[in-house]
Amino acid sequence: MSSGERVYTLIAELTYRCPLRCPYCSNPLDYQERKDALATSDWLRVLTEAEALGALQVTLTGGEPLLRDDLEALVAHARSLELYVTLITSGVPLERPRLAALRDAGLNAVQVSIQAPSADESDRLAGTRSFEHKLEVMRWVKELGLPLTLNAVLHRQNLGSVPQIIALAEQLSADRLELANTQYLGWALVNRDALLPGEAELALARNAASLAKARLKGRMEVLFVLPDYYSDRPKACMNGWGQRYLVVTPDGQALPCHLAHTISGLEFQNVREHSLAEIWQSSPGFMAFRGEAWLPEPCKSCDQRQLDFGGCRCQAFQLTGDARATDPVCSLSPQHGIVQAARLVAKAPSDLVPLRYRGSRQNVATPKP
Amino acid sequence: MIAPSARPKLASKAMLRRDKQTGKDVLLYPEKGLVLNATGAAILRLCTGERDYQSIVLELSASFGESAPAALEGEVESFLRTLAERGLVEGLEP
Repeated sequence: MSSGERVYTLIAELTYRCPLRCPYCSNPLDYQERKDALATSDWLRVLTEAEALGALQVTLTGGEPLLRDDLEALVAHARSLELYVTLITSGVPLERPRLAALRDAGLNAVQVSIQAPSADESDRLAGTRSFEHKLEVMRWVKELGLPLTLNAVLHRQNLGSVPQIIALAEQLSADRLELANTQYLGWALVNRDALLPGEAELALARNAASLAKARLKGRMEVLFVLPDYYSDRPKACMNGWGQRYLVVTPDGQALPCHLAHTISGLEFQNVREHSLAEIWQSSPGFMAFRGEAWLPEPCKSCDQRQLDFGGCRCQAFQLTGDARATDPVCSLSPQHGIVQAARLVAKAPSDLVPLRYRGSRQNVATPKP
Repeated sequence: MIAPSARPKLASKAMLRRDKQTGKDVLLYPEKGLVLNATGAAILRLCTGERDYQSIVLELSASFGESAPAALEGEVESFLRTLAERGLVEGLEP
């Protein structure tokens, strides 16, 4: 292991099951084949081992983490290790007494998603009736004295309502508002022609967010995350492959990011067979894109390489078929044309593109480059 | 200047702990963390919401061997105001 890598955050994806069917879900397309395979004792050990590796934070997510009935035990153990514990939830299968029990177990913060700022639109995008209950859950979060992050994933079908999302966050006294554009991987890539916004509508939303950020300083933290497709340079995905983040999936694989196991040809290990330390320090999957030796041109000689590490490996794989390629969102990538073509489609969008909901029975083929 | 009777405290989203790997104190909040120096950590440990600002400055002055609390006060105030802007400290108004 070279210097500098350290687990700061464990992302525990407790289950891929979820009552929502968002068409931009960040779980893999074949999530139904990847069953929950970790017992409570496995997750407790994962938490202990992650903390020993240096983790300071744990994010309990999914799918919908509330579907595991050992969530309280996991929260309590994480907190006993002095981890900062954040629950990321749809809010759907939650009632107030359980939220109170989670708080009492040591939960530090709660993030609830909405799909749009009105019931009709939010329920349409989530593929299930959920909006009114989410609002109620967010009120409980505040009443119980827990910090609230309101998360809205943005795309062409809701970008215009960013001002209303901001107003809703203020009304709910959210401590933090995450306005995060969809990244076009997995389900969102399948639905890209229906979701990718044009540059002009993106600029309007971004402007509304920065005004709110200045106005709400000290009261509410406002974050606006651009879609990679509209950045000239790729993002430093996960702060670099295997540098700071460790993801454990419902079936026990330990990964550098949420979708690393969908890259063919990489070998990842399971926490039921190996310790987290072994996996983090020397497993082939984690070693694959650490350091600079693997970098292709134009990255290898680029003066940005220590800032963006060549971008997102999953995006490179999903768009070009080669996980070692320069992330095509970079304007220096020889395959940047793929992203430019998608932007052109978004500039003259058709309203007729249907959404493919997560879990839809239709076969979803992995898009080929 | 922060009023002597103000009772600053950490916001509910912030958690102070020692990072065992570095021995430094860190302030954790959603998806982020700040590494604190010894002075910052000492200040925040006193921001319990029970002590008033004046007694916090006096205690810090004593523990840092500073005979004139006024010399330290500016530093404490600017530190707390920076954290308050990030929503990590509350109660700077009495």
